[in-house]
Amino acid sequence: MKIGTRILHTGNEIDPETGAVSVPIHHASTFRQKKADEFGTYEYSRGGNPTRDALESIIANLEGGTTGFAFASGMAAISSVLMIFSPGDHLVVCEDVYGGTYRALTKLFSRFGVETTFADFTDPDKVKAALRPNTKAVFAETPSNPLLKITDLRAIAAIARENGLISIVDNTFMTPYLQRPMEFGFDVVIHSATKYLGGHSDILAGLVVAKDEHLAQRIKFIQNSFGAVLGPQDSWLVMRGIKTLKARMELHQKGARQVAEWLVKCPQVTEVFFPGLPGHPGKAIHDSQADGPGGMVTFRLESEELTKKFLSNIELAALAVSLGAVESIISYPVTMSHAGMHPDHRKRVGVTGDLVRFSVGLEDPEDLIADMSEALAKSR
Amino acid sequence: MKISTKAVQIGVGTDQTGSVAVPVYQTATFRHPAFGHSTGYDYSRSGNPTRQTLEEGIAALDSGTRGFAYASGLAAVTNLLLLFKQGDHLVVTEDLYGGTFRLLDKVFAKLGLQADFVDTSDLAQITEAVKENTKAVFVETPTNPLLKVADIPAISRIAAAKGLLTIVDNTFMTPYIQRPLELGADIVVYSATKYISGHNDVVAGLVTVKDEALAEKVYFLQNSVGAVLGPQDSWLTIRGLKTLGIRLDRQMENTGAIACWLNTHPAVSRVYYPGLVDHPGHELQKKQAAGFGGMVSFEVASQAFAEMIINRVRLISFAESLGGVESLITFPAFQTHGDMDPAAREKMGINNKLLRLSVGIEDCDDLISDLTQAFEGWEDIR
Repeated sequence: MKIGTRILHTGNEIDPETGAVSVPIHHASTFRQKKADEFGTYEYSRGGNPTRDALESIIANLEGGTTGFAFASGMAAISSVLMIFSPGDHLVVCEDVYGGTYRALTKLFSRFGVETTFADFTDPDKVKAALRPNTKAVFAETPSNPLLKITDLRAIAAIARENGLISIVDNTFMTPYLQRPMEFGFDVVIHSATKYLGGHSDILAGLVVAKDEHLAQRIKFIQNSFGAVLGPQDSWLVMRGIKTLKARMELHQKGARQVAEWLVKCPQVTEVFFPGLPGHPGKAIHDSQADGPGGMVTFRLESEELTKKFLSNIELAALAVSLGAVESIISYPVTMSHAGMHPDHRKRVGVTGDLVRFSVGLEDPEDLIADMSEALAKSR
Repeated sequence: MKISTKAVQIGVGTDQTGSVAVPVYQTATFRHPAFGHSTGYDYSRSGNPTRQTLEEGIAALDSGTRGFAYASGLAAVTNLLLLFKQGDHLVVTEDLYGGTFRLLDKVFAKLGLQADFVDTSDLAQITEAVKENTKAVFVETPTNPLLKVADIPAISRIAAAKGLLTIVDNTFMTPYIQRPLELGADIVVYSATKYISGHNDVVAGLVTVKDEALAEKVYFLQNSVGAVLGPQDSWLTIRGLKTLGIRLDRQMENTGAIACWLNTHPAVSRVYYPGLVDHPGHELQKKQAAGFGGMVSFEVASQAFAEMIINRVRLISFAESLGGVESLITFPAFQTHGDMDPAAREKMGINNKLLRLSVGIEDCDDLISDLTQAFEGWEDIR
């Protein structure tokens, strides 16, 4: 079955007892057991909940892994995966990773002896050069946030395989509809399901998929022990979001392309980052591993001053953090998504004051363009 | 204002529309009114109005400066443990919740956070266990499942004198019965899945903190790790808190009656309940808490007999968890404390003959009838 069908029919979408075509929201925290020595499938909702279970099996199916896990937020998902490591372990991480991931690594996991080297993942040789004897994993994000740099998933998975490392990728910007990193050999896929998978700016959620059973056991142990699980109502809302994933992603990227093409022609715009543009440096690699450019467009304006004015004058797109929703969201990475990053690091990777990140929603692209055009005119 | 009044009033009068129940803000992000301006809310991981109502509510009940809501009780405990670093050491109650034990023993031990488990009802054991690198005392009182009572004011004094934090898991008591921050503790943690939400329908954790600077550190972790409670579950927890007082009054009344029934039953070899006058922590419990709670544990003659009771109860559900309006019976050695080393477990008294009862708000006569029929024929089976 094609992924566009699988988002609707994964085999667990019908309640077996009643035939309900939507999975029931099981609010129970605990489950009555039959006998002292005979336990049912579910005992306690932290360990397993039927509604969360349905979501977990859907994401595992879509990503092509063995097991899925749902967490209270994208950061809870990332933190849970990072907790499988031990003091003295070393990770090589994509340098323009989400600011929250950077903060968790540098401010929190560093205190427990987990070391991190940030490397430019667009160059597999730089990833290789960053490896140490104690390196345990590589952590990629492609397209990256916010500069939409492309990592060659096949090359990174190969490096991980050759060196016995766990390969982890944050697939938030693409979703399994557009990119399935496990097909290229990745071991763990992470999502902030708050974004495209939920898709409506109405939930916080994180998802993890493990490719093999052994790794799944390690993550399962942390999920249950740490307990940063997703509640049943939010699990249900993520499933509801996934049902329209194909329709939304198709429209998101169509709109994003139109916006990107308009931006390229805009005189006050000095640089446009969008993997669908012919001149994008990672385009060939991206096209070989993903089924579309996605719905994110990042661009630079002439000056920081103009950028700030422009953001004040934008009316249709919401000036807000987050992305991947039906509503367009425009954000300023320096003080929003990447505020957690050290200023020097931000500068080095190009997250500067003239940068705008645009999560193109499902509004008519012509309205979005008209709004941006007006905002630019007013900002001069 | 009394605690039960404060609990009922959580969120009332805060909404612009006059809505008496706080709205469920099912949103991930918040639109900024202008560049550089914020409504005070940016992203729901960092702050959500529904969750904040719950957080402010529990802080008010506990006399804390700030409250924090998490995806589960263990997510709350994990967040607190992340305050420490590799090489730090904690002194922890030995018969605490099995999930916290597993977290310390299997997850944080590997991350280099050390813990010594002692009987915290014995102050000398705490003092002896403190080392150079000790950073906190983590206490559960009454303990799970043996209901041992620890002296919160005395422990807080010992800890403060040595510059250590005192953290109390107050799940079994709730602020209605016991308020550790008022007794000298620095941090209180709850599995709000239990009495606080009270309906066996939410998995949630809460933390309250006394000191503002410490609260800021806890907030940093809550936001960075992101193990936050969703708005729907926050709302359900607020809804539960509103009936905290009446639920606990009924639960405590029922528990007292059931403990007496168990205590006089010839098939029961031992009853653990701080409300019994011969319970070693009885006087201390009376001093630092406003009641004995709704939990009672008891030991019977054999594992076979314990299993028989579990298989026979009808009204009382055999299920993990506790604190809900429905009564639950648990087999700690195989459920809540299944991850503890069997020898260590046995030594403490968490053996294969021990059952834990979380008494609900059913009519007490019905609960006792259910137990009576479950115990029937005990003379032969024992």
